[in-house]
Amino acid sequence: MAGTDIIIHDEKDNVGVVVIEKITPKQDCDCWIMENDKSVKIQSMDEIPLGHKIAMTDLNEGDTILKYGHDIGKVVKSIKKGEHVHVHNVKTKKW
Amino acid sequence: MEIPKTFLGYKREDGRTGTRNHVIILPVDDISNACAEAVANNIKGTIALPHSYGRLQFGADLELHFRTMIGTGKNPNVAAVIVIGIEPKWTKRIVDAIATTGKPVEGFSIEGVGDIDTIARVSKKAQEFSIWASEKQREERPISDLWISVKCGESDTTSGLASNPTVGNLMDKFEPLGVHLCFGETSELTGAETVCEKRGKTPEAQEKFRKTWSSYNDFILNEATDDLSESQPTAGNIAGGLTTIEEKAFGNFQKIGGCKFIDVLEPAEEPTKGPGLYFMDTSSAAAECVTLQAAGGFNLHLFPTGQGNIIGNPIEPVVKLTANPLTARTMSEHIDVDVSKILSREMNLDEAGDELIKATIRVANGRLTCAEALGHREFVMTKLYRSA
Repeated sequence: MAGTDIIIHDEKDNVGVVVIEKITPKQDCDCWIMENDKSVKIQSMDEIPLGHKIAMTDLNEGDTILKYGHDIGKVVKSIKKGEHVHVHNVKTKKW
Repeated sequence: MEIPKTFLGYKREDGRTGTRNHVIILPVDDISNACAEAVANNIKGTIALPHSYGRLQFGADLELHFRTMIGTGKNPNVAAVIVIGIEPKWTKRIVDAIATTGKPVEGFSIEGVGDIDTIARVSKKAQEFSIWASEKQREERPISDLWISVKCGESDTTSGLASNPTVGNLMDKFEPLGVHLCFGETSELTGAETVCEKRGKTPEAQEKFRKTWSSYNDFILNEATDDLSESQPTAGNIAGGLTTIEEKAFGNFQKIGGCKFIDVLEPAEEPTKGPGLYFMDTSSAAAECVTLQAAGGFNLHLFPTGQGNIIGNPIEPVVKLTANPLTARTMSEHIDVDVSKILSREMNLDEAGDELIKATIRVANGRLTCAEALGHREFVMTKLYRSA
């Protein structure tokens, strides 16, 4: 089995998690979808550290972030495929 | 992998099976700790379970104290029990309830006697129990006699990614075999509460979960000075890549795999609806949670950690796993199962689940956990409110 740069939990997820020390802009990354053991590729736009999320698709303000196949918050600033997804562009729907 | 149908455990008088064979010296209250510890020091093969409470509690808080004491004594990992309290009434209540299991139990009270004579009297009984228990033999018992509780701690992104789903994989494989399973952490399910509620197998279980979670949430809203967005997720969680409380909760929730819970338990309540998954209303503090689950009768605990929680329990062996390669390397003496190869894709979830099952059965058969070998015996009572 090949190593992977990004892990995606669920096929429905629109974000993946970086599992190497960091990925750099314009890096071609291997992604592994755990749920079905499939592989996909993505080119990063930003530097993203270990444990942080990358957008697997373009996302608009108001869109829902899906991780583990579930709603984990809303987009508050539009995000391009390959960009870093975190507290600067995503907020909880709780409060 | 074919899962073994049996493990080697201690059959108890009430039909349950222990993975351990402890003789415990249980103080009813804080001021009886000294006596209990002196006895355990005198008599080999016994352990004292000192704690901080048991005086002037009342109402639901006192009932929880009794339930935790009694449940700890009834746990099948315990062969025999000595209960020591300052006065006879509360001591007797605990002794009588533990005695319903049929195991040897005897109570002593210190008032009117003093520590020194009590220690002498208790030591004689403790010696008798210890020698009696030492002749108990492990025998083949069905795998369904495993009662497994789970709780994660010092979580990071590797927890939700890999170590929690590994526990979920084990649950998915153990549930059809008739194993009792239990998860808790009411507070850290916040954000996933509506999805968690739907995992109730019956409308009654769902309703009970909704009430339990709402009651916790009302308490938080009453006590909180802001909307909790400053503390959940924590600054450390955010630095590690967790963005929202929902994300944290769903990472936690991975531990139950695809299972549905059949009932919601009060803290330290014993399940009565047969095999399957239960939710127990607990704090998310590790030692409090595991103490309550052990008092509910669970005989083996699985604890996924990210940054490296080091918890153990005096009667319920705690198996720790991590997917964080740094933790696995720098804190190896605390980690029973290393599943960090999931992150490098050298291992998939199915394989990791199988590894965890193998380790679980070895520990059930008697292999010491890292925490047991290191002497971790965190026994922490949950206190609901101030004493009178």
